Amino acid sequence: MNEPQTIIDKLWDAHEILRRDDGESLLWVDRHYVHEGSFHAFGKLAERRAEVAEPGLTFAVADHYVPTRGPRGNIANPELARMVRQLADNCARHGIKLFGLDDPRQGIVHVVGPEQGLTLPGLLIVCGDSHTSTHGALGAYAFGIGASEVAHVLMTQTIWQKKPKRMRVSVDGVLPPGISAKDIVLAIIASIGADGATGCAVEFAGSAIRALSMEGRLTLCNMSIEAGARCGVVAPDAATFAYLKGRPYSPSGAAFDQAVEDWSKLATDEDAAFDSEVALDAARIAPIVTWGTSPQDALPIDASAPDPTRESNPERAQYLREALDYMGIAPGKKLTEIAIDRVFIGSCTNARIEDLRAAAAVLVGRASKVPGLVSPGSTLVKRQAEDEGLDRIFHLAGLEWGESGCSMCVGINGDLVRPGERCASTTNRNFRGRQGPGARTHLMSPAMVAAAAVSGHLADVREILGSRKM
Amino acid sequence: MEKFTTLTGTACPINQSNLNTDQILPARFLKWTRAMGFGKALFHDLRFDSEGQEKPGFPLNKPEWCDATIMVSARNFGCGSSREAAVYALYDFGVRCVIAPSFGDIFAGNAVQNGLLTATITDQEAAEIMESLAQTPELPVTVDLDQQAIRCGNRTYKFAIDPIRRMRLLNGWDDLALTENYRERVSVFKAEDQIRRPWAAPRQEG
Repeated sequence: MNEPQTIIDKLWDAHEILRRDDGESLLWVDRHYVHEGSFHAFGKLAERRAEVAEPGLTFAVADHYVPTRGPRGNIANPELARMVRQLADNCARHGIKLFGLDDPRQGIVHVVGPEQGLTLPGLLIVCGDSHTSTHGALGAYAFGIGASEVAHVLMTQTIWQKKPKRMRVSVDGVLPPGISAKDIVLAIIASIGADGATGCAVEFAGSAIRALSMEGRLTLCNMSIEAGARCGVVAPDAATFAYLKGRPYSPSGAAFDQAVEDWSKLATDEDAAFDSEVALDAARIAPIVTWGTSPQDALPIDASAPDPTRESNPERAQYLREALDYMGIAPGKKLTEIAIDRVFIGSCTNARIEDLRAAAAVLVGRASKVPGLVSPGSTLVKRQAEDEGLDRIFHLAGLEWGESGCSMCVGINGDLVRPGERCASTTNRNFRGRQGPGARTHLMSPAMVAAAAVSGHLADVREILGSRKM
Repeated sequence: MEKFTTLTGTACPINQSNLNTDQILPARFLKWTRAMGFGKALFHDLRFDSEGQEKPGFPLNKPEWCDATIMVSARNFGCGSSREAAVYALYDFGVRCVIAPSFGDIFAGNAVQNGLLTATITDQEAAEIMESLAQTPELPVTVDLDQQAIRCGNRTYKFAIDPIRRMRLLNGWDDLALTENYRERVSVFKAEDQIRRPWAAPRQEG
């Protein structure tokens, strides 16, 4: 009998071409996603006059620089236009399939991959974007890499890695009404810290994780990087297989059945050992918002901002002072009293159909007290939302219904939160200036952003939905 | 890639934890090419105000640290976005070594690809070095990768680095040259893998 293995070991072993004596392994890459930001890597290929080793395993999406407001047939900003065109040129030159601006399947790479069935259980997936961890939701080993590594993968379809430590985060129990995957992952990050999983691959397990939809699992794995993890993974199960069946690029017919048989063996064996374990009780998770400048600065909505004068550790007190100062929040202020200037619903974290439905459920029949943008995760999500009438709910609430792209999460397409403005956002990073220089970001779930929109301040969605069925 | 053996130079302390890659290089500079030199955008929004004037309080703007080749910071340096241009910005500015209690994983990987050393010490030691530098800004700091030692004034600190990354930096190894040695192993793996995992290939578009 073989030694019991974790899903992390099984995924690793299936891709290890060789391991050198010094412990570094060369891994086979099943899917390589590229975007406009991959131009440095294509430049390295050009310098070496090198070709792409496996163009058929490489897929490109225009997402980071594409406009997400107004028409975008012709991009007015010449720099943005150049970035998008450069990707198309590189794809044409190397024979890479591109989901470009004019493609009905365009969207954010971490939404498009699963949606198209390109992301599958058991695959090793890389992309020059830290939120590549998202794809672990389907049982893939997926992680973000830098430009030099992107160039290496383009040229060899392999990557050098040292096997990370294995961490299991178990969330058991039943989530209370109004609590989503975003609250789970923010609770995890608040609990272990923004570097709590550094050097680790994380398996998310437990009954509360099993009960999550695929959308929820994608949100969860997406933010595993915000705890420093190399990657996050959820063992594939019946929900995963049902999600994948019939997707354009996923196997079909007998090949699908064969795949499901193999994928079913990926789950962690009983008694397999992890290097570390963390456990959370789902029943105790409240709606969470961030108050500071790191995703670990997260608290339940009914709490108050920290007070540096009550902090005994001087360095921690200094950190709190600087974060509160940047955020423009008085020490000890009740979180529900923090007024907001705008909302953003979008990003690879929370712009899938379920996210839009959750926000719409709060907004229906209500008006937003602040302006805001809703940017669907993909153009297909946009169409589906429109078929369901969600766009009308956002319109009637006074929010702008935009196009798909990374948009105001990172702001490099020009959609920015203005200096000093406070934004309730479904995104993944509340770093200083992330949504624009001087922008103040509060991270939360789509339902919580909607609750903030209709209240004009951070608010508890449970109270707003109290009179309605959740 | 340039080898890293030892380095003696000015060390600039930036006593902030979670100094993420959005701080090191704000996203709006990501469309720059390397030839433009990312050094002038390093820590842009911490270094400059909205008018483009230097913020006098930021350590890199102080005359004693403006030519630093070593940076000392608090935990989780380089967390966040995978942008390799954050490493380019440090390197193009002249920084060759960052000392901190922990690093973002992707950042540390990008650093080694570009000859930038990430030296890991304890929180306590980082605080001590930053305090020494605050007292004596011009205190020369020597980083010896072979010995994995940092000399700062009359104190010597041992630092940790992954042995693989250490060897890469010491030898200036290039990933692609390494992989080239295993070309045959890769093609054998690929052929066997296609039989082992037939479902791994993307279905052809119908």
